Order: sequence, then structure tokens, then C-alpha cells
Amino acid sequence: MLSVLAAFLLLGTNMLMAQDATKDTAATASSGDATPSVWLAPGYYILLFVIVCFVVGIVGKILRVYDLTQQIQNKKPINWHNVMGICCIIFLIVGMYGAYWSFAVQGAMILPESASAHGVKIDEMFWTTTVLTVIVFVITQILLFGFLFRYRYSEKRRGHFLPHNNTIEKVWTIAPAIVLTILVIFGFFTWQQITNTIDAKGEQASINVDITGHQFAWELRYPGTDGRLGETNYKLVSGSNKVGVDFKDKFSYDDLQADTMYLPVHKSIKLNIHAQDVIHSVYMPHFRVQLNAVPGLPTYFKFTPTITTAEMRRKVGDPKFEYIVYCNKICGAAHYNMQRVVRVVEESEYQAWLAQQKPYLTDQIKKDLKFAEVKPVAKQNRLALNN
Amino acid sequence: MSTLSVHGHEGAHHEEDHGHHHHKETFLSKYIFSMDHKMIAKQFLVTGITMAVIAMILSILFRIQLAYPDKAFPLMETLLGRFAPGGRLNADFYLALVTIHGTIMVFFVLTAGLSGTFSNLLIPLQLGARDMASPFMNMLSYWFFFTASVVMLSSFLVQKGPASGGWTIYPPLSALPKAMPGSGMGMTLWLISMVLFIASSLMGAINYVSTVLNMRTKGMDLWKMPLTIWAFFLTAILGILAFPVLVAGVVLLIFDRSFGTSFYLSEIVLGGSAQPFEGGSPILFQHLFWFLGHPEVYIVIMPAMGISSEVMSVNSRKPIFGYHAMVYSLIGITVLSFIVWGHHMFVTGMNPFLGGVFMITTLIIAVPSAVKTFNWLATLWRGNIRFTSAMLFAIGMVSFFISGGLTGIFLGNAALDINLHDTYFVVAHFHLVMGSAAIFGMLAGVYHWFPKMYGRMMNEKLGYLHFWLTFIGAYLVFFPMHFMGLDGVPRRYYAFTEFESMKRWLSVNTFITWAAIMAACAQVAFLVNFIYSMFWGKKTVQNPWEANTLEWTAPIEHFHGNWHGEIPTVYRWPYDYSKPGAEEDFIPQTVPLSQTMSSNLPHDFEDNPAGLEAHAKWTSTQKSNEEVK
Repeated sequence: MLSVLAAFLLLGTNMLMAQDATKDTAATASSGDATPSVWLAPGYYILLFVIVCFVVGIVGKILRVYDLTQQIQNKKPINWHNVMGICCIIFLIVGMYGAYWSFAVQGAMILPESASAHGVKIDEMFWTTTVLTVIVFVITQILLFGFLFRYRYSEKRRGHFLPHNNTIEKVWTIAPAIVLTILVIFGFFTWQQITNTIDAKGEQASINVDITGHQFAWELRYPGTDGRLGETNYKLVSGSNKVGVDFKDKFSYDDLQADTMYLPVHKSIKLNIHAQDVIHSVYMPHFRVQLNAVPGLPTYFKFTPTITTAEMRRKVGDPKFEYIVYCNKICGAAHYNMQRVVRVVEESEYQAWLAQQKPYLTDQIKKDLKFAEVKPVAKQNRLALNN
Repeated sequence: MSTLSVHGHEGAHHEEDHGHHHHKETFLSKYIFSMDHKMIAKQFLVTGITMAVIAMILSILFRIQLAYPDKAFPLMETLLGRFAPGGRLNADFYLALVTIHGTIMVFFVLTAGLSGTFSNLLIPLQLGARDMASPFMNMLSYWFFFTASVVMLSSFLVQKGPASGGWTIYPPLSALPKAMPGSGMGMTLWLISMVLFIASSLMGAINYVSTVLNMRTKGMDLWKMPLTIWAFFLTAILGILAFPVLVAGVVLLIFDRSFGTSFYLSEIVLGGSAQPFEGGSPILFQHLFWFLGHPEVYIVIMPAMGISSEVMSVNSRKPIFGYHAMVYSLIGITVLSFIVWGHHMFVTGMNPFLGGVFMITTLIIAVPSAVKTFNWLATLWRGNIRFTSAMLFAIGMVSFFISGGLTGIFLGNAALDINLHDTYFVVAHFHLVMGSAAIFGMLAGVYHWFPKMYGRMMNEKLGYLHFWLTFIGAYLVFFPMHFMGLDGVPRRYYAFTEFESMKRWLSVNTFITWAAIMAACAQVAFLVNFIYSMFWGKKTVQNPWEANTLEWTAPIEHFHGNWHGEIPTVYRWPYDYSKPGAEEDFIPQTVPLSQTMSSNLPHDFEDNPAGLEAHAKWTSTQKSNEEVK
């Protein structure tokens, strides 16, 4: 039996060698005769799997033979309850180490600190919840696998007849209820603070930025000097008027289009979210911002960026770091590549950047709408003068 | 009340039936259009396993794409043709794989495969009934399910491929055939398949509820039912109340797709031209979908909970701890599961105030879940644990339920969900808490009741191998995903190559894929074991696990009617394991208290004053006897 095993192992190694050799030839060979190379690599893995199956089968037989010989000699066969109990305790120890390793290594790869004001509160809640759940996770898993090992089957023992214990049941109903109530209360108020965000009286008005999702890109629209965005209408969307700006509304004349989302630091931003075709989701994880873009249902998310891109680059130690906004709701084939760069900058830099952006009211649109030349030109001048 | 319908005529009919077979069973009536609940259970099981294997292969395909986004696999082109041009999965087909994997796993495997198998098998057997309330409807239920499976799989054969808008099929993506190839014919087939599936699931559920309520044997009052039956019963109620809402949602979607209505559509521009839809709301569909969708996850997990409770009690040789608490927590979950659906919609643009309310209800539902977990742990405590394969899978279920359940506390919190919604954190969460946990519950059931189904035993050693590889594999696959989610990596992305910040997760993705392949290979151990044992396994004895429940009193060989002669009467609850004073460490439900005087407790006579008196008398005579000695 062992010789069979050895033969298979030998065969496997041979195949591995052969595989390495053929890899080179496959790489050099052109697409001429593809059939053998198509099946070769998978064939190797299948063979490997078959060998593993054989090994498993042989080990199984060996165990059975061992068991039988033990029985013939009136010795005890393998006590599988002990084996499994030990497996459980090994799993517990190795698993706990694995979880620790995962927390240490992969846990270090998660998002950096929140770059927005409300995100700080979210992060606090997150860490509180993490600490609580990790404690419960560790304790319950230790109890689970510990009990399995400790109370593994023995002929000499009987289980302890314990159908219920009202006191302890009350305790472990009320204890999680209390913890969850605390989490709910904090979560509820944090959520209310984040979402109930109509500009308060006296507060400086937020900067309105329109973001519109379509397959497969985001369109950005910034208000011009009047600080107000013009109306839009989906029926006006065309090749030249990508978001359907309604130029009957005079506030729209100075609306600006942009490729990158520049945001001034420490200023309240009101992101107006639209979608044209299917549901998208505006996701800016560094700012703890996410809201779906739903066709026919304009929404908004108000937040205040607190860390500039430059500062964040220093913090994460990556000179190429960029904030990004991307799509987080399945929207079609190119859903996986629907991003815009977000740059948080100082106010002065923001103004300088804004001055360079092109208006939505392009020459082409002016021509299409038969706009009088005077008005837009005057507007252009005004914009230039203000800067 | 419970015995009225069964005993009178059917019992008598059966006795005469048994002596000389009146109607001969043909192959067709025995194996295909069977009305015997046991055969229907096996049909559900085999179809469920087949669908599970298919969905698993789909998952391996898209895992390979995620691990090697830039590599071409010529074999893929050979096998998948136009869906993998040049040996690389097409992005649309990737989404189709994700969609159909989810749909099959949630509905076809974990709803029909799990409830369909074990409700059908165990409700009559554990309650002492000859069959379901309506065997014919039961048969129809299976065949609707089978047709739904065939229709669902047939969508791989249409030109533009299967539905690909995610298993949640949110419109407008799913409503506009031009929005993506999968929203064409593939989506139509998906919708037809789901309507058939829901019809099947309703017929099944109505049967389960009426059987549980009307056809229990003598003495089997509700509080003597095993937890499996409680779980199946409440699951069926959930299904009856929730699935019709999905039909409503699906029918409106069909209208929007085919008849030009605008229930879910409004202000849409597609391909540069404004569409004529006005006044609809995509959010409406989400409300309707999740009104089913959330109870659905409990439809998936509750049978697994019931099975695990039963298996753990049997194999710990201990009564389940807090039987009443277990039942009440199931009822609590059932009721609460109807008012938590909004937690799937925190960031959809739904009114934020609603979000706050749903957060409260969501975190309340964690309480009964926590109670169940602690009760399982207490069941193991000071038990005498037999490591059968079924027991291991039940334990795995508990472990997954804890790990995945805890992350639910993050996601149920609206404020935290802002950044976690639709990321890999969610993928990790639900794959552990409802995917892995439920499938482990199902596998526990298969290993445990295989002798009942096929009259033979499965190989325990192969079961051990299967368990450890799958258990470890599942943790290796899903644990790292939490951290990807915390880094803002979204789900349903075809490749992570387009983002500088996501490229560093590539090595983790490769690792996950290999772990998934290992776990998938481990399923071969199960399939071999299952098929081999079905024909050549060791013959089972009457009660292989020394369990108390009624199904083990039924003869090993199957016939329509389950018991020869009269159906046994039930005298006690199903969890009298290791009762002090008893001879054996188990006392089947059919043993009257009068035969076990030495092990009776005052507690056994709670609603039986005459019995309590007799018990008191007996104990006092025992005492005086001892004093005499």
C-alpha cells in the first residue's frame, strides 16, 4: 500500500517537473495549437487532487486496519472523541492566534483616521463596538471549544441534567439588552446628528456641489460666483449638456464643471446627489460618507472635511495618496471603475482652482439654445474680474 | 385536538394496507411523482445539493477572477465560450455569476434545500403523523421548485447571459433591458423562476403549518415538540407572510419591464435619451424586496438553529438548556424579523428618521439571538459530548453564528453602516452568519438524519475530514474579508486593479481564493460519502444516536405511513437525556412517566396534579423504605 502511495507521489513530482517544462514551451508557443495547453494546467491540478484523494483513502484504510488489529489484540481502538476534542482545542489556539495575526496585519491595512468632522464620531462608535464585540467573540469561542474539549465523551461519565436555570437565563437576556441599548442610544443620536443637517440659522451656508452618477462616471457641478446651482431637468440631458442643466434658470449660467472634486478644508460641504440611469452610490470612505444616488430621488449628504490631501499624505506616509469617490452600488459592467479623485485643499487653493474651471454653458450649448452672445460674455468677464 | 384527524380513518386504513399491498408502487409513483413526505424530502435534498454544487462552482469561477484579474485561463474560454473571451471572464458575466450564486444559495439551497428537506422529513416523523396534511400539494411544491431550478439554470443558455443585477435585483438596473445585458432575457427568466419558486415555497409552508397544528400524535402538545419542529413551524409562518410580498414586488417589476408602467422608474436617462417613465420610486422595490428579504435570512437560519439545537442536545447527552427560552427566542425572532427590513436601506436615501427606527428594532433582534447562543453554550457545559459528524457541524454552526452575528451589531448601527454598507464587511458578515452557519446546520441535519432517510450510516471519518476542511476553509475565506471592508473595498467589483488603494488587497484575494478552492474540494469528501453511503453504507440500527424523538421509533424500512399499526403516543418532552435515576442516559418520548418512577422529577408534573400526587407518594414510600433498611 505504501508503495502505491510512493508511486503516486513520484508520479506527482514527475508531473510537476513536466509542468514546469511545458510552462516554458506554452509561453513560447503561439496560439497555433491551443488544445493541449488548455487542458495541461488544469489536468495537472486535477491529477494532484486525485492523488490527494488516494492518499486520503489510503490513510483511511490504514486507520481502519490499525483499529481492527487493536481490536484483535483486545486493545482499545482509536478514541475519536479524544482526537476530536484535541482537534477542537488546537483549532481554538491556532484560530485565536490566526485571528490575532489577522487583526495585527490586515487590521493595519484599514482606512486611516476619518478626514471629516462627523467621521470622528463614527470612528469612536466603531472602536467601542469593536472592543465590545471582540471581547464577546473571544470569550464565547473559548467557552465553545473549551467545553468541547473539557466535556468530550467518556464512558464513565454522564451528562449533567440541567434543563434550565431561570436566574442565569434572565442575566444573559438582560446583559446583552443593556449593552445593546447603550449602543442603540449612541448610534441613534450620532445618526441623527449626521443626517439631520439642514443649515442652521446664522450658520454659514454650505458649499453646494452636485454629483451625478451615470453609467459609468460621475459628473461634478460647482456653483459659480452666485454660490447657487441652477435647476436641472432630466429631459434636457444631451451630449453637450451632460447633467441636463436648465439654462432658463439664470443661476445656472455660471455653473462650473470639474473633473476632480476639490473641497476646501473645514468648510461645510453639501453634496447633492443625483443619478440618471440606475442606482449608484456615492462612496467616499475616507470621509465616512456614503449615500445612494437614485434616479428620481435627489438626496444630499452634508459633511466637513478636516484633513487636507497634503496632510493625509504625510499621515499615511504615501506621497501619492489621493482621496477618491467611487461607486458602491452595482450599476453594470464597469461598476468596478467609476471613480473621481477628491482633493481637500486650503481655501485659497480652492478658489484658485475654481477660477480655472469651465462653465457648463459652453459655446456649443449657447449655439444650440441660440443664446444672445452678450450675456455669457459678460458673465465670463465678471468671473475673471472677481478673481 | 391534535389527534382527531389522523387516528380515526387513516390509522385503520393503514393497517389493512400493510397486510397485502393494495396499490402497487410503480417507479414513477415511488421515485418521481411521490406523495410520500420522506421521498419528497429526499428529492428536495438531492436537488438542493445539486444546486449547491453548481452555485459553489460559480463562486470558484468568480473567485479565480478576483485572485488573478490579469491572467487568462484558456480553459475558461473552452468551457464558457463567449462569457470568457480570451480566457478571461467578461465583466457582465462576472456580475451574472455573483447574482446567480447568491440567488441559488439563498433561495434554492438554504430555503428549499434546507426547509424543504428537513421540514418534510421531520415534521411528520417527529410529530407522529402518517404524512403531511396534503401530500398532493407537497408533491406539487417539489415540482414547482424543480421547475424553478431548471428555469433559473436555463438562463445560462440565453444569448445575453443570466440576470446580473445582484441577487437583490434593484431596479432600475434590473428593469431596463438596455442597462446591462443581464437585464434582458436573463432577468425575465429570473423573475419567472422566482414566481415558481415562491409558489413552491408557499405550498410547502402551508403544508408544514397545517401539519404541525393538526396532525400531532396523542400526547404531543406544542410544548412537547422538539426544537426542530418549532423552528420549521415558525419558519413556515414567516415564509407564508413574507414571500407573497416578494411576489407583489416581482409582479410590479414585470409590469415595468414588459408593459411600460412606472412603479419603480422615474426621471431616467439611458443612452443619452430621456425615458418616458415618471412618478415611480426605486426605493419602493427595495422596501418590498427587503420586507421579504430580511425575514428570508431568518427563514434560512431558523431551521439551522432548530437542527443544531436538536443535534447538540442528543450528542451532548444533555437536555437543551432553556427549552422555553429557546422557543420564545425563536418566536421573538419571528415577530421582530418583520420590522427590521429597513436596515438594508440606511443609505438608500430613505428618510433618515426611518433609519433611526429600524436601527432600534434591529439591535433588539440581537437579544433573542444572544440568548440562543448562550443556551447552546450552556447545553455543552458538563455534557458528555459525542463527536459525531453531525455534532461537529452543529458546533460549527454555533461558532459561525457567533462570529457573523457580532458583526451584525456594526451593520445594524445606522451610523456605522454609512461606511460599511455594500463593502466586503457585509459580505463577510452574511456569509458567516447566514451562509456558513445555515449550510452547517443543513449538513448537521444530513449527517444526523441520513440513517433515517436512507437506512444506512455515513462514514464518520470522512465526515470529520469534511468538517475540518470546510470549517477552517470558511474562516480563512471570510475572516480577512472584514478587513477589506474596513478599508472601503466594495463588493461586486469585477477587479480591484483600477484603484491604487485596493491593489494591496490582491495577495489577500489570492489567499481567499485558494482557501475557497480547498473548501470546495473538501465537498468532494461529502459527495463521495453521501453517494457511497446511500448504496453501500453500513446498515443502520433502529436508533443509532440513542435519541429521544419520535422518528427513531419508526421502522427503518420506508413505507408510506411511517408506523405499522398505531402511531406511538408521546408522554414526555424530547430532551430527557442523562436524567438522574434513569437506567439509560436517554428516555424516548414514548416512555410513560409511570415506567420511570426512579427518574421523575416534580417538574415533570407541572400541569398534572394527579401525577404529582402519585410522584410524591412514590418518593415518600421510597424514603421510608430506605429508612427501614
